Amino acid sequence: MQIIESPKMYDAIIVGSGAGGGMATKILADAGLKVALVEAGSFFDPKDEATRTQLKFPWQSPRRGASSTRAFGDFDMSWGDWKVDGEPYTNKGDTNFFWWRARMLGGRTNHWGRISLRFGPDDFKHKDIDGLGENWPIGYDDIKPYYDRLDKLVGVFGSKEGLPNDPDGFFLPPPKPRLHELYYIKGARKAGVRVIPSRLSILTKRINNERGVCFYCSQCGRSCSMYADFSAGSCLVFPAMKGGQVDLYTDSMVRTVTTDKEGRATGVSYINKEDRKEYQLKGKVVVLGASACSTARILLNSKSSQHPNGLGNSSDVVGRYLHDSTGSSRGAFVPALMNRKTYNEDGVGGMHVYSPWWLDNKKLDFPRGYHLEIWGGLGMPSYGFGFNVTEMNKYIGGDIGGYGTKLREDVKRFYGATMGIAGRGEAIARYENRCEIDPNVVDQYGIPVLRFDYKWSDYERNQAKHMQQTFEEIFDAMGAEVMGETPGADKDYGLAAPGQIIHEVGTTRMGDNPKTSVTNSWSQLHDADNVFIVDAGPFVSQADKNCTWTIMALSMRTSEHIIEELKKMNL
Amino acid sequence: MVGTLAGASLGTAVSCKTEGEGPAVEQSAVSADEEKLYGRIPSELERDKRIMDSVYLNEHELATIAVLCDIILPATDTAGSAVEAKVPEFVEFIVKDIPSHQLPMRGGLMWLDIESNKRFNMVFQDCKNDQQIAIIEDIAYPDPDNKKPEMGPGIKFFNLMRNLTLTGYYTTEMGFKDLGYVGNSPNFWDGVPPEVLAEHDVDYEEEWLAKCVDQTKREVTAEWDDDGNLLT
Repeated sequence: MQIIESPKMYDAIIVGSGAGGGMATKILADAGLKVALVEAGSFFDPKDEATRTQLKFPWQSPRRGASSTRAFGDFDMSWGDWKVDGEPYTNKGDTNFFWWRARMLGGRTNHWGRISLRFGPDDFKHKDIDGLGENWPIGYDDIKPYYDRLDKLVGVFGSKEGLPNDPDGFFLPPPKPRLHELYYIKGARKAGVRVIPSRLSILTKRINNERGVCFYCSQCGRSCSMYADFSAGSCLVFPAMKGGQVDLYTDSMVRTVTTDKEGRATGVSYINKEDRKEYQLKGKVVVLGASACSTARILLNSKSSQHPNGLGNSSDVVGRYLHDSTGSSRGAFVPALMNRKTYNEDGVGGMHVYSPWWLDNKKLDFPRGYHLEIWGGLGMPSYGFGFNVTEMNKYIGGDIGGYGTKLREDVKRFYGATMGIAGRGEAIARYENRCEIDPNVVDQYGIPVLRFDYKWSDYERNQAKHMQQTFEEIFDAMGAEVMGETPGADKDYGLAAPGQIIHEVGTTRMGDNPKTSVTNSWSQLHDADNVFIVDAGPFVSQADKNCTWTIMALSMRTSEHIIEELKKMNL
Repeated sequence: MVGTLAGASLGTAVSCKTEGEGPAVEQSAVSADEEKLYGRIPSELERDKRIMDSVYLNEHELATIAVLCDIILPATDTAGSAVEAKVPEFVEFIVKDIPSHQLPMRGGLMWLDIESNKRFNMVFQDCKNDQQIAIIEDIAYPDPDNKKPEMGPGIKFFNLMRNLTLTGYYTTEMGFKDLGYVGNSPNFWDGVPPEVLAEHDVDYEEEWLAKCVDQTKREVTAEWDDDGNLLT
């Protein structure tokens, strides 16, 4: 098979069009660079009627939105989930990592939770506090100007609270709490837990004329046809393409970064999924934003005589220090919410209030914090609605089971009377937890796949145990009945399997020492100065904050550094 | 041509508009064809077609399911029955879509006919209503003290039938109306209605509300001072 080379010379080739790649595309194209954006998935525009799921009713799906076709249900806007046809991954021994991939323009930003939290000053230097993991080579002051510009460029609602490690930004106003959220505020405060308005990248107010304003359908997970939530395609890539500087290659699966005799990058080699042929693009700079694990895979597959252990991997650190957020959750029945009057309580896509970490780990048996996310309300029924509803009667001394009029009454009595809390915490990044190339398995494009090897430690298990105690204290204080058994040590206290929270980061961590890190503090490979990483790979640690806002702020910072370096003829 | 060179379209055609103040939000009429679309990609359309073209439950099984559906959710003065909401059609599809339902459904239906034959020398579907109800009364409630051990499989089956009937019913237009779900339409959320709030032991605090969105200014472009205070 002949490799087909493009004669065009790009200033930058960007791999991946999600949060990191989308931001790099916007910054580099707006600065006048000629950019190739290479995306492994298909073209997607939330406005496209053919693929839109927003505002669809459950009866428009024959399975009523069940998860048998898409893992998070028929209406979730992710093409690809824990499994992608023809693109497997494996786990070593008895480990069990979950890896979500969205094969589409904008990647996972089309369905993400829009939770947009800045890392705080402590989050960049946590080793100084507890001696664990590693400090970032940069601090909050280095990234703050980019967070500020990001808030204004992309839009995020929230409130100024003055909390030292949960920095404020340039916020749009948050929506008013829903009814169950008012009960949560009251109960959580009684239990000593702070509650503040949530911080989500959803436009409660106009920020420009290109994007619409939220109309409160609560379906950000379906990607907004008004562009009122942040998705990388609609908010970054499309505006960037208006200037004519971007060539977009979709259904193009990057296999390797190509390098020259000096070991510097010359471009990328990719498989066109439609004709299954291999192509090469040439560029002065390669910017990898394929996702922490996909970028590690590309680097490890980019072996050459100059980079025998894979590109950027002289340290053998590529793929290591992989870590996901921790997660544990619980549901409860709130008697005060029985027999509710119904009204449109959809609100924005996600919670209107949340609890940032409120304790001091010095007094606890686990080193890092977690925040609390909540769900509940008069949501739209879909597959699973009504399952085992009569069992709720056990909380009020009613009869379990039945049919007919009694059953209809049960459904209405308990509709909107349940809620839940989920803890999302920081795990310690460990050398042993990694993804590597499986020596025996290739995907349908002949590209060697990733093998994961990831185990939780007692730090994460003890944290999950504490989450469960917190849930029960808050529910008790609300007068709510906790549902189900408390998950014990045998179940890791309900701790989700690694990868399941879909915040995997750290596989190409940054640092000043090339022996213990993959990139420098500009997310530039130590081993090849014209290769940069703009996904969550360079994260040294990920705080108990969702990673997207920091991916984008870092991508903006790295992209502007690339522009400066090109101007200085350093690249 | 290498790869796919696609252009961004930034048209304004969407299915709803939110211009102006207040809840004057319109949705364009949805044609019958559009009603059937739910944003599938080609591989998903193929999967749906494959499932729809396949057959699992037979006519007798589906007829029995219809009888059960209307025992579980009969019509009321204000709401139609499960059969009127086409729940049997949903059950027919979902057991093919989620194969783990197949054996419990088929075996449970057979168990029901065997039980009915034992008691009334007829399959369930052909029994009189009071005979059917006599069996249903024995399987519609849990039996924690194991007083009727021989009813165990029936109780398990009826629970599945009840779950699928409820889900199939309350995910229809008829079900939404019966439940009182009024969302999934563009609106401006401005808090819990005062008359609802009045019935509850919680309230909005002035300090909290002061942080929240003023819906009359939603279309006014955001501007901030250097300290992040919203000016507009």
